[in-house]
Order: sequence, then C-alpha cells, then structure tokens
Amino acid sequence: MPLLEIRNLRIDFGTHRVVDEVSLSLDAGKTYCLVGESGCGKSVTALSIARLLATPPASHPRGQILWEGHDVLTMNPQQLQRIRGGHVGYVFQEPGASLNPVMRIGTQIRESLAHHRPQFANDAEVIRLLRLVGIPAPETRLKAYPHQLSGGMQQRVMIAMGLAPQPKLLIADEPTTALDVTVQAQIIELLRDLQRQLGMALLLITHNLGLVGDIADRVGVMYAGQIVEEGNALDVLQRPRHPYTQALLRSVPELGSAGRRLESIPGTVPRPGDWPTGCRFAPRCPKARSECSVGPIDWNPGGIDHAVRCPHAEA
Amino acid sequence: MSPTPLLRVENLRVHFPVQRSLFSKPEAWVRAVENVSFTLRTGETIGLLGESGCGKTTLGRAILRLGPVTAGSIHFDGTDITHLEGRALREHRRRFQMIFQDPFSSLNPRFTAGQIVGEALEIHHLVKDSAARDRRISELLESVGLDPRLADRFPHEFSGGQRQRIGIARALAVEPQLIVCDEPVSALDVSVQAQVVNLLQDLQKQRGLAYLFISHDLAVVEHLAHRILVMYLGQVMEEAPAGGLSQQPLHPYSQALISAVPTVDTASKRRRIVLSGDPPSPLSPPTGCPFHPRCPVAQPRCRTETPMLRDLGEGRRVACHLV
Repeated sequence: MPLLEIRNLRIDFGTHRVVDEVSLSLDAGKTYCLVGESGCGKSVTALSIARLLATPPASHPRGQILWEGHDVLTMNPQQLQRIRGGHVGYVFQEPGASLNPVMRIGTQIRESLAHHRPQFANDAEVIRLLRLVGIPAPETRLKAYPHQLSGGMQQRVMIAMGLAPQPKLLIADEPTTALDVTVQAQIIELLRDLQRQLGMALLLITHNLGLVGDIADRVGVMYAGQIVEEGNALDVLQRPRHPYTQALLRSVPELGSAGRRLESIPGTVPRPGDWPTGCRFAPRCPKARSECSVGPIDWNPGGIDHAVRCPHAEA
Repeated sequence: MSPTPLLRVENLRVHFPVQRSLFSKPEAWVRAVENVSFTLRTGETIGLLGESGCGKTTLGRAILRLGPVTAGSIHFDGTDITHLEGRALREHRRRFQMIFQDPFSSLNPRFTAGQIVGEALEIHHLVKDSAARDRRISELLESVGLDPRLADRFPHEFSGGQRQRIGIARALAVEPQLIVCDEPVSALDVSVQAQVVNLLQDLQKQRGLAYLFISHDLAVVEHLAHRILVMYLGQVMEEAPAGGLSQQPLHPYSQALISAVPTVDTASKRRRIVLSGDPPSPLSPPTGCPFHPRCPVAQPRCRTETPMLRDLGEGRRVACHLV
C-alpha cells in the first residue's frame, strides 16, 4: 500500500474548479515532484493532503486522498489532528512570512513538539533538531528571533519545525524559490540528506524543472488544474512526451545555450474558469488538431510507467 | 564600433550611512558598491550576476543617476554624467531607461496602459498633439507584441508577462540607447520568461540598444549577455565573455555559483560545490578578499590582502590571488 494515494481529486473554490482529476501515489521514503507554473493548482493540491484549505470557500466534491489507506477527506477532527503536523509536515515558500516574528525560534519549534511529541518538548530536543538541519551553534541560536537569521537559516528553522513531529511525509512547497542560488543548493542538499537519514517521503512542489532531476524519483507535470504527464523523473526529463512538458523544457535557458533562440509558448496559462473544453493546452499547442478540443482527454499510457494526457503523444 | 564606449564606469563607489537618527553622525557605512569599473558598447549586453544584497541593483540605479554616487565617475556617450543635475540631467535621462523586476508594483494601477506608455512622451515633449501621441502609443505597444486596442485597459487586467511588456514599451517610448534591466524576468513563469527574453533580444537587434542586464539567474544572463560581471559584496569578482564563464569559471565564487545552478540536463551531472554559510553583511565586510570566509580554497593571504581585479586578456578579468 502506498503511503499516500490521491485518486481523482477535484477541488473547487466557490463555483470555480481549480484542480481536476488529479491522481498520484507516493511510497514511503520516496520523492515526488509536482511541477507547474503559477496557478496550475499544485499548491492547493498539496494543502488539501492535510485538509489545510479553508472549507468554504474550498470544497472537495470528488475524489479521495488516502493516507495509509484511510481517506483524509472523511476523517473527523481528532484523526485529522494526527495527520496535520504529525504524519505530514509542511515547509512553505517564504520562511520570513511563515515564522512568527515576535517569538524566539526555539519557542516556535517547542510549540510544534508540545503538540505532537509532548515528552520531547524541551531545549535538548530543539537543539538536536536545529543541529539536524545544519544550524551552527544551536545552543545560542534557539534564543534568536526570526529577523536575526538570514533567509536560508529561516528556511532551515522551518524545516526543523516540519521535522519536529517526525513525519512520514514532508511536503515542501517551493522551499527554495525565495532563496539565492548558492543557498538554494544548500537547502536541496539538506532535504536530500534528511530524507536519506530519516527515511521519510518528500513531496516537493516547484516551478523549477532543474530541481526535478536533482532530487525526484517521480514527477507529475501540472497544467491548468490537471496532471498532464506523470512518470519516472529522469524518463520525463529525458523523453518528455506531452507537448506542454516538451515546450516547457525548451523554454528554459540552459548553461551553454547562448545564441540559441529560446522557444516560447505562445499565449498565457488559462485561469480557472476559463479552461477550454477538451485538452486545456490545445489553444497553445503546436500539435493540436481539431479533435483535441472536444471531450475529455484520457491518459495515454505509452511506455513503461510514463503516462500523458495527450492522444497524439508518441509512446 | 565607435572608439568611445556608450557607457564607461570608473571606480564607482556607493556607500550608504547607517544612522541611528536623521541628525546623528553615521555610525557606519554600508559599502554597497566598491570600485566597480567597466565599459559598455552600443548594441552590447552586459550581464550583472550576483546574489541578493551584492549591490547589483544599487549599481544599476547609480549608473542611471537614480541613486547616490559616493565616488568614481560615469561617462555616458563621452559626457561625464556623474554630477549632472536638473535640466542637464533630464536632457540625458531620455537616453537611458530602466525596466524593473516586479511588473505588479512598477506600473501605476490608476493609469491605463496607454497613459503609462504615453507619460514619458509628454514629459520629454516628444509628441505634438494627442493624435500623434496615440499613434506613437499604438506603435510602441505593437513593438512589444501587445494589441494596441488594449491601451485603455488598466494594469490589473493584464497578466504578468503582458505587464512586463508594458514596462518595456514605457522604457522604449523615449528611444533610449541604454536600458538597465533589473531582473526583468525573475517574477515570470518559465514559458512567459522565454517570450520576454526573446522580445528583449529582438528589440536589441532592431534598435541597437545596449543593455545592462541585472539578474541572479546565471542561465538567463548567459543566454542574453555578451559579457558577464560576477559581483559579490559590492565588488566585481570576475568578468568574462558569456560563454567563457560557464565553460571555464576562474574565480572560486563563480565556480560555486555555476555548480549550484540546478539543471534539467541530467546527462551532465556536474560536481556540485555547496558553499557553507551565507553571504556576509556589507555592513561589516570581511577583511582581505570578501569571499574568503566561504571560499573552499582560501589561503592565509586571502584573509589580509584584498585581491585586485587583474586583466588576464581575452576579455577576462578576475579578482583572486590564486588564479
């Protein structure tokens, strides 16, 4: 049984559908990367795993989110409490905005411990966690306020908080986007080390395709609320089958690519509510035919373990 | 190629005072830009690469005289503009413009796209009447790939990429020779980023623009720039032709920066140099080489002696004792 399995999930905000027919499965100790541009629904998908979306305005009219076989969408508040922060830890994009500015970082981490592992809510455990995420001199740093730390250090504190309850799954939503490249490399290295040491699963949400090759086992590419391509991470990067993934990979400037003209995708990502019928990428797709805009597009399984939502994709 | 470069920056310094109150004496100085020199020719792009807080934006603003200059000189097309004021400065302002990072906050939300683009035309008296103004606005919007019929819309009705195009049209309105682009694509999605990068390249070819392209994204800088300056803590650590930097970075900082870029090219697994620590504060820069506390190959002399930027030929300069 996979640790987490999302089946056919749909998320609505009021009358707008923002996520549609999303399915993915993540085994213990593995890394799944959800990639997409802003507004594609990757963050709301991640938030709904521990039911962190306010309902209303959000609702989950269809689908299941199975945590070790139990549907999170039908759990009672006590059961949810164990999932939130306990089994599933979150690390968000902007550490500066996620930490409480008037609380010492040690106190903030202890708060997380008090909820989930009360017997360990002490300085010794906080210091152990800070050391685990590579914060130098943790004995003195636990008295620091967030503004006294750099962005990279703040993100390490966020990761320490996420790890405090010893989760089986850490969900990191754009954990390095606000950080400098050299610091970004440190954080990715840290996440990889921690995963190896602690054997937890990692769900990484990112718009940066470069990170996928660095860390992911599996990848799902999202476009306009749907996963349009899914498979083994290296396979997807090396042999993208969906026209969207192909175009996306070609539109990223790579080192040593100077002089080559970047391939851009015409138009813009359609907003929720303006999704075309049929394939949602069809209006921007160079390979679109007339049948692409009629009816729902089914999965085209193709090769081993690498499916796309595109009828014209080669195997 | 004309003998006088379009832009010549010499030993530019920008220091900011740190004061407890408005009237007290400065307690310290933030050395945001230290001794930066370079030249830029017509039709050329220089990429200014560095992490946040390295002084790249301060440098860009100082060059356009939008920020203070502490010492050094800026020559634009042969004229020393370092100390120009008032009308004389305004005369020159037409010739250099800026494109900003955030397409959301850099456009006045109460102006229509047409007004945003047209404002500069009026300020600099570049159009005779409103009909000519409207015609020029349409031309400008078209030149950046926007439908001129959208001129009556407000910024919030546009997507991020379209907004950045409006910012570019605004900069082009006064027909500048130099545009400082401050992270113009960083806030955009990858698919849209490519559109704007291509647009900037097309405009350069058509109009012979010179760009000073400020970014933290090495791949984008390398793609657009002819030459790259790598900045760290207010100083230029390395200058190299665009292709040369990623092929053969000479400064240890450049090497670490390049190895840290995540890549989709899974075939070439580069050896990653993960730097320890964070960039130090420009308020209390380390002695000697500013990079030595994080440098994996630092020697004792790096702690005491500041390396000078040395010319190595073939357009390469580097500030490191060990190269």
